[in-house]
Amino acid sequence: MTCAIDVRHLTRRFGSFVAVDDVSFEVRTGEIFGFLGSNGAGKSTTIRMLCGLLKPTSGNATVGGVDVTRDPEGVKRRIGYMSQRFSLYELLTVDQNITFYGGIYGLDGAALARRRAFVIEMAGLEGREHTLARDLAGGWRQRLALGCAILHEPAILFLDEPTGGVDPLSRRHFWRLIDDLSQSGVTVLVTTHYLDEAERCHRVALIHAGRLAAIGTTAEVKKRVFADRPIVEIRATNPVEAMRQLDLLPDIESTSLFGTAVHAVLRSRALPADEIRARLQASGVAVQSVTPVAPSLEDVFLDVIDRAGSAA
Amino acid sequence: MIGRKALAVYRKELRQIARDRRTLLILVFVPAFFLLLYGYALNWDIRHIALAVEDRDSTYESRALVAAFVNSGYFDRVADVHGPSDIDRLLNLNTARAALVIPDGFARDLANGRHPAVQVIINGDNANTATTVMGYASSIVQSAGASLSGTETPPPVSIEPRIWYNPELRSTLFLVPGLIAYILMITAVISTAISIVREKESGTMEQVRMAPIDTFSFIVGKSIPYFLISLTSAALIVFAAMLLFGLPMRGNWASLLVAVSLFIAGALGQGLLISTAAETQQVAFQAAMLSSFLPTLMLSGFIFPISSMPLALQLITYVVPARYFLVALRGIVLKGVPLALLTPQLAALSAYALFMLALASVRLARERG
Repeated sequence: MTCAIDVRHLTRRFGSFVAVDDVSFEVRTGEIFGFLGSNGAGKSTTIRMLCGLLKPTSGNATVGGVDVTRDPEGVKRRIGYMSQRFSLYELLTVDQNITFYGGIYGLDGAALARRRAFVIEMAGLEGREHTLARDLAGGWRQRLALGCAILHEPAILFLDEPTGGVDPLSRRHFWRLIDDLSQSGVTVLVTTHYLDEAERCHRVALIHAGRLAAIGTTAEVKKRVFADRPIVEIRATNPVEAMRQLDLLPDIESTSLFGTAVHAVLRSRALPADEIRARLQASGVAVQSVTPVAPSLEDVFLDVIDRAGSAA
Repeated sequence: MIGRKALAVYRKELRQIARDRRTLLILVFVPAFFLLLYGYALNWDIRHIALAVEDRDSTYESRALVAAFVNSGYFDRVADVHGPSDIDRLLNLNTARAALVIPDGFARDLANGRHPAVQVIINGDNANTATTVMGYASSIVQSAGASLSGTETPPPVSIEPRIWYNPELRSTLFLVPGLIAYILMITAVISTAISIVREKESGTMEQVRMAPIDTFSFIVGKSIPYFLISLTSAALIVFAAMLLFGLPMRGNWASLLVAVSLFIAGALGQGLLISTAAETQQVAFQAAMLSSFLPTLMLSGFIFPISSMPLALQLITYVVPARYFLVALRGIVLKGVPLALLTPQLAALSAYALFMLALASVRLARERG
């Protein structure tokens, strides 16, 4: 089978609030699939439905070939789950956490011993087997939490913002582990705020206000969203004033601040560089450069939110 | 038969408790502390009443009467006085709580078959104490007078009261079973409620929910450690009460185990139920405290007799589990009542346990689903 997760018209309402609105997508086996969106966009609700924890209001989904509504327990046996909270028992040692999580997945004896060794090695916890979880530094906690989530060798792994509060080095280490898992055939669905992490995903889905806004490889998404709307980067002495002036120009759809530069999304392919310079210089802003740039994922992200906002 | 997954939860919980000093402290030492505190403080017996004696007769008979007071154990002779001004002073200083005045000619009057009067003066600033002291004094005077005069002519009809099970009417014996109920209720409800809410707070609950473990195994594995600890704690309280307060154990231990187990099971269920509603440890603690401590203290017959409550409150006591547990406990411990005679109480306790555990399971399962 090439499709690990198959989501069709998934919808979840809480009272009159629609948290997830008619979302459909597929995740291929062995793929690292990024799920992007701002807080409250519907990412966690979707994951909870896919893990068999929350019943969809309508639509359906299969995870590892199992229907999440009909057999949520079957789904739980096939998946691993790790959240940003690295849910470990603080008062238990590394070893005891592994024993417990192995135990509730029904692992013991030789099978548990083999997986314990694997997790300890993977997380780099040799020699720390008897350290209390609460005494571990962030990166180790994170890797131990990951290890506990894959003790039962799930074919599909859900990671809900797995790198929150972890230093960059540990983040890189963690992503190497994710790559390894993907290489070995595990399907990974990961939600994240970090757009550099999104770039490491094979494909991404952008969800906003409960709706799927874009899906594809990051290159595809960027190309599709900005198909006939180039982006220019403007460097000027007073970026905030520059943004205010640019917003008044008819050829410019939207502007946003990127560090000390301004990104402007144009309405058409023609680049009105001279017009931009003239406009800014007339209002006392010295322009250093106006150059077309390739859209970043952040541009895509902001654009999606922007357009959803103006449509509402 | 508990399953492998329940066993994993059980082991984990025990390890956590063993390493969590605070919980251990609550579970083991607080009950013992409560027993000491309440056992000694909640005592309505009045002993060692400071007694001033003014013996104007100074005969064998008058001294025998004073001795009867002292030997009763209720009175301590603290001073010998001469005249009402001394008595006044001692009572005002609180050196004496009561005074006994034996008049001149006490022995002579007794011998002549006249009825001499002795005066007992009691500090009445605490009406309850005063009444009790008066009761002690008059019964001592009566029995001493009868034996001294030697010419006992019994009244045509007399009452000979016999108080069973607690002949000395020691309030401790009556209170300790209530104390056991009270302590067990609080520790069992609070510890279970908090242990689950703590998992919600730390996120481990969510992690466990993602695993293929059924609600039943989770609850069983989670509550058995607390059940065993509560049982141990109950045994400790009973032994301590036997040792320190002379609590008798007239019934059999198996009956006691049955009653205590049912009660604890219900209390654990109540703790679980609270944990399904509370999101923070603080809320759980308060809810557990209010729902266990207040009814058990006020509405179980522990301290205030149910029969003297207004009807509305009496009706409420029917849903207070400690009410039934207390009857069973006092019956077994003080009277040696066989289990068969406690069927209504045991049935009520079983119903309580079943109801709490069922409701908690349903709510937990729904939360997970």
